[in-house]
Amino acid sequence: MTEENERILLAHGGGGRLMAELIAKTIAPTIYGDKPQNLTDAASVDIDGKEILFTTDSFVVQPLFFPAGDIGKLAVCGTVNDLAVCGAKPQTLSLALIIEEGFAVAALEKILHSIGTTARQAGVAIVTGDTKVVEKGAADGIFINTTGIGPRRRNTRLGFDCIEPGDVILINGTLGDHGMTIMSKRQELAIQSPLQSDCACLHEIIGLLLDALGPKVKFMRDPTRGGLAATLNEITQSCGCGIEIEEKKIPVDPAVKAAADILGFDILNIANEGKFVAVVAADAEKQALDVLRSHPLGRKAARIGVVGPKQPHSLVELITRIGGRRIIGMPYGRELPRIC
Amino acid sequence: MRLNKIQQAREQIEKSCAKIGRLVQVMEVCGTHTVALFRHGIRSLLPKNLKLLSGPGCPVCVTDQGYIDTVIDLAGRPDCIIATYGDMIRVPGKNTSLERLSLPNVRIVLSSDDAVTLAKNHPDKTVVFVAVGFETTTPATAVAIEQADKFGLNNFTVLCGHKLVLPAMRALLSGRNDKIDAFLCPGHVSIILGSRAYEPIVKEFKRPCVVGGFEAEQILSGLAKICEQIEQNKPAVDSVYGLAVRPEGNKTSQQWMEKYFEPCDGPWRGLGCIPQGSLRIKDTYAKFDAQKRFSIAQMPAEEPCGCLCGQVLCGLIEPSQCGLFGKKCTPDHPVGPCMVSTEGACAAWYKYGK
Repeated sequence: MTEENERILLAHGGGGRLMAELIAKTIAPTIYGDKPQNLTDAASVDIDGKEILFTTDSFVVQPLFFPAGDIGKLAVCGTVNDLAVCGAKPQTLSLALIIEEGFAVAALEKILHSIGTTARQAGVAIVTGDTKVVEKGAADGIFINTTGIGPRRRNTRLGFDCIEPGDVILINGTLGDHGMTIMSKRQELAIQSPLQSDCACLHEIIGLLLDALGPKVKFMRDPTRGGLAATLNEITQSCGCGIEIEEKKIPVDPAVKAAADILGFDILNIANEGKFVAVVAADAEKQALDVLRSHPLGRKAARIGVVGPKQPHSLVELITRIGGRRIIGMPYGRELPRIC
Repeated sequence: MRLNKIQQAREQIEKSCAKIGRLVQVMEVCGTHTVALFRHGIRSLLPKNLKLLSGPGCPVCVTDQGYIDTVIDLAGRPDCIIATYGDMIRVPGKNTSLERLSLPNVRIVLSSDDAVTLAKNHPDKTVVFVAVGFETTTPATAVAIEQADKFGLNNFTVLCGHKLVLPAMRALLSGRNDKIDAFLCPGHVSIILGSRAYEPIVKEFKRPCVVGGFEAEQILSGLAKICEQIEQNKPAVDSVYGLAVRPEGNKTSQQWMEKYFEPCDGPWRGLGCIPQGSLRIKDTYAKFDAQKRFSIAQMPAEEPCGCLCGQVLCGLIEPSQCGLFGKKCTPDHPVGPCMVSTEGACAAWYKYGK
């Protein structure tokens, strides 16, 4: 039973523990009743014998414009990436805009240009849409929703159930760039810094990896909200295997690390918009890294860890730079700058 | 990475702890140290007879519930804007927290300067700056008052919850926990205070006081020095925080604090009243004092039922020894303040170690 005074907190939307709790205790049971559902980033639907992957995402970022991206680019990349990591070839998108009364048309045009350019470059078509305007104060400038579909790539089999002890965990580049860029640009966190969002469409580099390795790629996920910590915890909880990662192998831009240190944030909890984690068979590690590094979005690709044995209470463990160990927990859902 | 120095420090710690032969308890009095110890996985590298205690060094954790409830009451006033550091919003008061209230007039600021800007931009509202923290954040609050005075911002006020580290260390050794063998002294606070400030404690209580930075190497070197001092029974003040810490500290910051604040007796969460352990705004600047402006009486400092944050802060128990830890009290549903702040001993324990 829900208590009358329970309210939705910002942290419920942060991709961490609170969000998982909201989905498990409120959203899923209300929609599906007692039938457990396998909820993934993109669902597989059968349309006349053809398997189509289907996903949706809403974008509410502030500021709307940030170094190396904006809400428009994000809206295309986010949905393209959700499809790509599930093994789809992103094909078409819908675009829904919720605009606040008084929003500058020039800013809207800028966002639409960005949407158009990103979609064209990604080779996805925007085929339908919707526009709503709400009263001043009922939205924060503009909110965007995109929904995307695409056929599943051939010769791939991805899923938590494919993951086995000994598989290696790869990342295509530096962590935390997007989240720290956004936070440093927000009014309250006016830090002068050269940070840039990593916002990018990943279907091309993922396509290269899947073409080269086929089913040796076991699982992929883009560590957006909640960062790498949330993604690895989801993996370990869903496949029942422990995960061990090495701090010194995790690529981080020094400026991003500095900004995170100042605010007391853990880089592993910070959002990324152009990164994906791939769990790959151990014997395919070298080939996978070679493929990733051959693409501009994978130059700094690295093997960051390994899947451990099945355990009753599987955990994500980090070996620190100095050889100590610590547990990486599921983040709460909202990173708060600390006092000093 | 200076692995050599890390290795050297670890060997020194091992050697000294073996010679000492009994349980050695070192308290860190800085929340950032608590987090850094976990982040670097340092506990997993120490000999079994070296125990690290997380002391009252996290600003959020030592703030008493009466203060939190006062902030929550003020947040309910439509004529006020609450300007607060981020990790204060999740601290539960008696009935709710700022986060759960989700009021539009509660703003997270990164610095006291942001709070002054809020006052400038909202002349029709009174800004209440939730000023907590030790000697690191106090000078910034002093500067904010100075700025508000200069710009004639009569709508800027400070709810002073600032505290002083040294009286707390003294109070701990004077009865609350005399089993503490040494202090790993806070890096940031020591930049302001100066390393010399710890000399009276070393002299009176014969306990090593070593200032540590936050890198793994600095923390381990600090612990190595502490263990060596205990082994040789030569307690002294030392610093491994490089040139950042001068013996006399940062005079300018000290002057700022002295200009606007004066020490007073005040409640600390879990520790009770610590003589001269809190700061209040001097009467000359009373118009900036939210407590006076809104005629706030000191609220009763009740502790949540079953919460042992006080004993955790004194280093008497480890977080996992509290009956609420990980059950009724988790980072998602914190009961006590040590579970709220990322710097809190319980939150760090839960997040990194369990």
